[in-house]
Amino acid sequence: MSEFLQQLLNGLSLGAIYALIALGYTMVYGVLRFINFAHSDVFMVGAFIGYYLGKLVPENIVWGGLVVLLAAMLGCALLGMIIERLAYRPLRGAATLNVLITAIGVSLLLEYSGQVFFGATPRTFPAVFPSGNYSFGSLVISSNQILVIVVAALLMVALQLIVYRTKIGTAMRAVSLNPKAAQLVGVNNDVVISFTFGLGSALAGAGGILYALNYPSIDPLMGVMPGLKAFVAAVLGGIGNIPGAALGGLLLGTVETFVNGSQWSTYKDAIAFAILIIILLFRPAGLLGKFTVEKV
Amino acid sequence: MIFPPPIGALLARAHLIIAKSAATRPSIRPAPAHPALRSLTVSLLSLALLLPLSSTSATAAEPIKLGEIEPLTGKEAAFGQQARRGVLMAIAEINARGGVLGRPLAVVVEDNQSKSGDSATVAKKLLGREKVVALLCGGTSSNCLEVAPLAQTARIPFVATTATAPEVTEKRDYVFRSCFIDPFQGAVLAKFATTTLKAKRVAILTSVSASYSVGLSKVFREKFTALGGVIALEQKYSEGDKDFRAQLTAIKAVNPDAIIATGFYTEAALLCKQARDLGLTVPIFGGDGWEAPELIEIGGKAVEGSYYASHYSSESTAPEVREFVRKYRARYNGETPDSMAPLAYDATFIVAEAITRAGTTEGPKLRDALAATKNFPGVTGRTSLDAQRNATKSAVMITVQNGKPTFVETIDP
Repeated sequence: MSEFLQQLLNGLSLGAIYALIALGYTMVYGVLRFINFAHSDVFMVGAFIGYYLGKLVPENIVWGGLVVLLAAMLGCALLGMIIERLAYRPLRGAATLNVLITAIGVSLLLEYSGQVFFGATPRTFPAVFPSGNYSFGSLVISSNQILVIVVAALLMVALQLIVYRTKIGTAMRAVSLNPKAAQLVGVNNDVVISFTFGLGSALAGAGGILYALNYPSIDPLMGVMPGLKAFVAAVLGGIGNIPGAALGGLLLGTVETFVNGSQWSTYKDAIAFAILIIILLFRPAGLLGKFTVEKV
Repeated sequence: MIFPPPIGALLARAHLIIAKSAATRPSIRPAPAHPALRSLTVSLLSLALLLPLSSTSATAAEPIKLGEIEPLTGKEAAFGQQARRGVLMAIAEINARGGVLGRPLAVVVEDNQSKSGDSATVAKKLLGREKVVALLCGGTSSNCLEVAPLAQTARIPFVATTATAPEVTEKRDYVFRSCFIDPFQGAVLAKFATTTLKAKRVAILTSVSASYSVGLSKVFREKFTALGGVIALEQKYSEGDKDFRAQLTAIKAVNPDAIIATGFYTEAALLCKQARDLGLTVPIFGGDGWEAPELIEIGGKAVEGSYYASHYSSESTAPEVREFVRKYRARYNGETPDSMAPLAYDATFIVAEAITRAGTTEGPKLRDALAATKNFPGVTGRTSLDAQRNATKSAVMITVQNGKPTFVETIDP
């Protein structure tokens, strides 16, 4: 029983990171109806911003860690907006496939420029937050795992508030519903889309830092696998749906951890993706997604 | 600019093709070639004319070219970087003594970026374009398994400096290695677990996507059970995985006396960290794949008190080792070499010595000379290559103490 609870805890902390990255995918999809594949590389850049800044602030101090976290979020938000401005905005209105291929191109550009600028050798991420372990009976949890879960939960709540309680959030939902009508009622689509990218990328940046804190070996291709998993999580929960992305991430992380701890650990990715296929067979719009009929 | 002869021939051929296609063009009047094309043809022609002159004048002291394939970047970069330094040191010393067969020795290095598939690509380049006389590789067994069949087909001797999986040299008489093999290393680790750690029940963590790890785990399981030990649990992961909490939680539940992780240093460091986070306090040990400065850099306090097998200890008092460590420190700002550098250093000397004995750089003759290597006095011990083209040497166990690798014991099972 205690092994089960421990695995559940491990799974939740892994799932929380997937959920954070999945939120970025889902938000951009919700507003623009396209998958931003460069998202997982923004996540990587976030970890590297943390790596370079982490050397400047004193280690093991909470405010130092927070400064690094906020700086990475800010840096990634900026990067996300620049990517949107340079790569995606000129293609707005073009066929979805073109934008998709561009997104893959931007993703590869970031990965391999990362290899040039940061080097391909894995780096050791500094311990920017003080760390310790807490045990409850036979259950052990590290402070980094708690941090991941708490930060992920806070950011998700904040996101939910922004989308449903603020003016810009209302504008985002309006653009998502019908971009032309939104423009007619005075919404500046460019600003809203730019903001969406900034917000999603900031979450990826936070995810990068939290991931690197838990697995302190970072390299320019570190985003590929978590990015793919997060994408799966977003689809699993119903792409375009914010609570869905969180649910998908937690579910995927937990399943992966349980498979990993069993004798079938070699099949962990196969099982995770098989689950995706099965769920989509029965619920094509994802767990929380609403199935809509395409209007002609 | 001096082009190697094959490129010269290629350029000359290119010129011929261009000229021919212009001549046989089925047009009524002889169409003049595009000005740019014409000037290209002229420059190619002049280059082709110049080439024979420049390459003959260079033969006087043309270097003997060795090819080297290393993971210089990426996940296993520590292996490649260290091995590269060993090779460079050996080359510098050999050339200071006047080279081999009166010619200097040169090495062409290619990076496989620690990616699967890339070792074969760069090996083809070294064999086909650079025409190297022998290949060296300080990468993992998986890297060397990609290179081995290519070297065999090209009949160019290939020496793996750190690949310990037996199948690297099996059934390929052009493939050699200058280190011990995993059946031996597995026996060493099994003996270490039973006699030094006094462990009865050991859990195994295997990286299923590394040939080295799979082989080492298999041998360890056989030897350890033969010595009366019990394998409490075997858990698996893949190269590049970063989360081992699930596997470690399962291991914690069976409560073993020790854990062996047969993968490489990045994963080893991360899993030691997560094991300590989960409150697992039993000793964790591994094979020579753990050996890298990054193990301690990433693992920090978590790898303190862990053990790994190695090919030599820099603390050894043998005169060859002391001399090597002194020279290495002088050359590389006081850093202490781990075993990847001396293995590559020894391998370079073994190849150079074989070329001298063969009196030629021809593949088949060089292969025979390499196969006849007996009692070569190297830094990592006396090397003799056996009938299976493997080196027989003793192993040492190293532990991490106060953030430094420290010698524990020499084991000869």
